[in-house]
Amino acid sequence: MKVIRISKTEWQGGLDKARTGYGLYGPVKEGQDDHAFRPLAPGEFPDMSYKNSKMSPKELVHPQSEPMFQYNLNPADPDHDIMREIAKDATAKAVIGIRPCDADAFLLVKRNFDTPIYRDPYWVTAFESFTKIGFACNQACSATAFCTSAGSGPFHDAGLDVLLVDTGESYLAKVVTDKGQHFLDVCGFSAPAADAASQIESLQKKAESTIASSVNTDKLKDQVTTELYDAPFWEEISFACINCGTCTFSCPTCWCFDIQDETKGKQGVRMRNWDSCMYPLFTLHGSGHNPRGTKVHRVRQRFMHKLKYYVDKYQDGIQCVGCGRCIRLCPVNIDIRKVCNMMNGYTACSCAVS
Amino acid sequence: MQNPYLPYPVKIDDIVVETEDKNLKTFTFVFLNPADEERFAYRSGQFAELSVTGKGEIPIGIASSPSEKGFVKFTVNKVGLVSSYLHNMQKGDIMGIRGPLGNSYPWDVLKGKNVVIIGGGFAFTTLRSSIVYMLANRQDFGKITVIYGARTPGMLLYRDELMAWEKRDDIDMHITVDGTNDPNWKYNVGFVPTITEKKAPQADDDTYAIICGPPIMIKFTQPVLDKAGYAHDHIIMSLENRMKCGIGMCGRCNVGKDFVCKDGPVFTLAQLNTMPKEY
Repeated sequence: MKVIRISKTEWQGGLDKARTGYGLYGPVKEGQDDHAFRPLAPGEFPDMSYKNSKMSPKELVHPQSEPMFQYNLNPADPDHDIMREIAKDATAKAVIGIRPCDADAFLLVKRNFDTPIYRDPYWVTAFESFTKIGFACNQACSATAFCTSAGSGPFHDAGLDVLLVDTGESYLAKVVTDKGQHFLDVCGFSAPAADAASQIESLQKKAESTIASSVNTDKLKDQVTTELYDAPFWEEISFACINCGTCTFSCPTCWCFDIQDETKGKQGVRMRNWDSCMYPLFTLHGSGHNPRGTKVHRVRQRFMHKLKYYVDKYQDGIQCVGCGRCIRLCPVNIDIRKVCNMMNGYTACSCAVS
Repeated sequence: MQNPYLPYPVKIDDIVVETEDKNLKTFTFVFLNPADEERFAYRSGQFAELSVTGKGEIPIGIASSPSEKGFVKFTVNKVGLVSSYLHNMQKGDIMGIRGPLGNSYPWDVLKGKNVVIIGGGFAFTTLRSSIVYMLANRQDFGKITVIYGARTPGMLLYRDELMAWEKRDDIDMHITVDGTNDPNWKYNVGFVPTITEKKAPQADDDTYAIICGPPIMIKFTQPVLDKAGYAHDHIIMSLENRMKCGIGMCGRCNVGKDFVCKDGPVFTLAQLNTMPKEY
């Protein structure tokens, strides 16, 4: 494990050097109590005092609205009615201060967008253009975080190129990939940190001990999908849901989208926009039939997708990193931890066992 | 990187009104770039996204057969924004098609086997593709039986071809209508499940049934096939769900862990029995 020590006095100067080779992104204070991941203007630096952003930084790679193609409907144009690709921005970018859970989430989503059969050029190009400089959480961001039992953790480095650990007077930069090493080289950060491993380990232990909540996921893979689907608790879980979609929009591992043509005069673009399984239109057939026509169907879809269908499909982990955003932001207090434990502990028809 | 969302530009070469209610039209497309036809190499049972520039895309089963060259055909029901606009388009208009998408009927499994095709209403498009394909490769298949029904004679798709197939002795045709006033109607009258009960061959290991039709037809045909002894892995069905991307990415058409667009649309009944009924 290679670790570089970055004193906080050289931090901003290093980042300024990086601007020559990278577009920099990072958490910036927004409103009273929130942060958002945005491009950093010259002279602007990531706010390293933040806990985490309300919305996840998935938008960096998967924008809420994104043009895919442009077209021209003017019959006089030889190109009319033919979709033309819009150049994708593949220039090198670095996101500074992304939290481990959010970086890990990109790897889960990558399984959807980067497959052996199809590769989504928008998502993959954006994903590959980013160098991810993570920022370990020295303490739980919230009482609703359960990252350590969701396959992630406050010092998790999966999906990161560098993991920064704040020791007070300096950052310890754990080099995870060559891409990360290159970024540190461009910044001019090169002071080796000799005894860093033990320091990081003790900070990690301390941080993990502050993650106060957890979920049980060990039995999910052995549950029978159709039995869980027919479990009696979905009615109760979905009872208060107002299908607002906040959970899916704030979730770093939700990726669903819609495709729409938007025309002005004779010019137009084929766009893609975030969509949500919470909305009835998401699955409405042209015939009027809707396979997920009630909110029970839709709430069940969200949890079954994250905690069972994903498990069935990839035989690995759950489609959740435990950031806790959906719990904090849900207006009716639906709690994925509670649902996960209900699903994990479910026994179909206990009446048969006598 | 290949862009799987980019449609191939095509020209509408022909438009045929298929049914007496004029709600179904068959569109024949030719590729503007001849090389795209090869890239679009498909199998019967697959679908494509028809892209009407400025309106959007619709997933439609491919009605032409891989054995037919120089064009592709789609029969489109007039339902929503894109299909209604498409119904008003003209020969020579430019649009796009994207695909082929989905898995197709299992032709490697069906090779050398008897195939029973059971279709209802306008869900006969990929079944037409399959029949044309099988007849073009007749030596690769055992007995071919077709049971196809619509509400009235005027609602049957591809009527000229149906009549031509009726005259052949290497395909066993059973056309039916729910009812008709036509005194000259010389085929069956009755619902598809009833005709299936009378005409479908008894099941054996070498006989597969492909069913495509409205949910109500499927609901009443399945018990008939059960009675005739068809194993659930010998009953092949094609699902429909709302789609956008067609490549398993946008998230809406899933049934359990499977995407209808990418892992389907074709599933055996044995597979469907293990999946939630969200279609």
